[in-house]
Amino acid sequence: MNQESMKERLLSRFDRDVVTDAVEFRDQISLTVAKDQIIPVCRFLKEDPELGFDFLSFVAAVDRRPAEPRFEVVYQLYSIEHNHRFRIKALVEESADGSASIDSVVGIWPTADWHERETAEMFGITFKGHPDPRKLLLPEEWTVHPLRKDFPLEGTEQDTPDLPVKGG
Amino acid sequence: MGVTRSLQDSVLVGRLEWFVNWARKSSMWPLGFGLACCALEMIAAFVSRYDLSRFGMEVARPSPRQADLMIVAGTASKKMLPAVLRIYEQMAEPRWVIAMGACACSGGIYKNYAVVQGIDRHLPVDVYIPGCPPRPEALLDGILQLHAKVMQEQSIRNPRITHIKAAPR
Repeated sequence: MNQESMKERLLSRFDRDVVTDAVEFRDQISLTVAKDQIIPVCRFLKEDPELGFDFLSFVAAVDRRPAEPRFEVVYQLYSIEHNHRFRIKALVEESADGSASIDSVVGIWPTADWHERETAEMFGITFKGHPDPRKLLLPEEWTVHPLRKDFPLEGTEQDTPDLPVKGG
Repeated sequence: MGVTRSLQDSVLVGRLEWFVNWARKSSMWPLGFGLACCALEMIAAFVSRYDLSRFGMEVARPSPRQADLMIVAGTASKKMLPAVLRIYEQMAEPRWVIAMGACACSGGIYKNYAVVQGIDRHLPVDVYIPGCPPRPEALLDGILQLHAKVMQEQSIRNPRITHIKAAPR
């Protein structure tokens, strides 16, 4: 199944307000999906026999600051059965207090667990319904999100101390 | 034995301090641990081509309690730092530290939030070896510099600082 027919297959199942945009670059199509519909779309991608995306290669995010909505969460999909790949994105806006959230897809692909934990700590995006929302790589007490565009590259002595602050 | 025969009728006089220093530098056992790619160059320095055992240093100790020298070989991330400091605390005095490679000296190319910007922010470093990574010859030279430094030391009631520094604020 080629990229174009995968896109047609999704568009035949979902409305234009769910699959909002399609960008083609170097023979690869990226579909943008409404953030609150990410679970039904992902479930369809996995369970549809022709698409059959039984493996989630990667989940990551992009900070498009100062664009609005600020974040993109990107899902790289692969079908072991059909040996084909596809990419979907969801736009996530930043709320006034600096937080952002999207539904977790751990219920569909269990491998999303660590990918979402890393994305959550690096970008400050909450994955709603994640079964184990601890930090993955950063020290547990850090409250900053280093891969956000407004984060200072080297951090600060207060936010990213060399050693855990005792009694802090 | 030739040595016994030649010493039989004589008395040797020397400085105790010199002797202690000589003994320390001639069997300085390094701690066998590495943090990143510099560790591979350190391993190369241990094995036959460069052969650290020429300097009495062939026994890399896995236990910090038996080691005299900590070679900080590689990038010290902030998550790794508490473990490094704990190992250093377990080493018996006198103890020495070599910062091997650009990362251990200054953070190197990792000028970011996750990496300690130089292990000398926390440990009293004796010798810095720049390079990314330094070749085994550079490590050997650094070790010989440390040996020379040890020979200059005041081995009895040494005022040298060997404790962990407080993190700069």
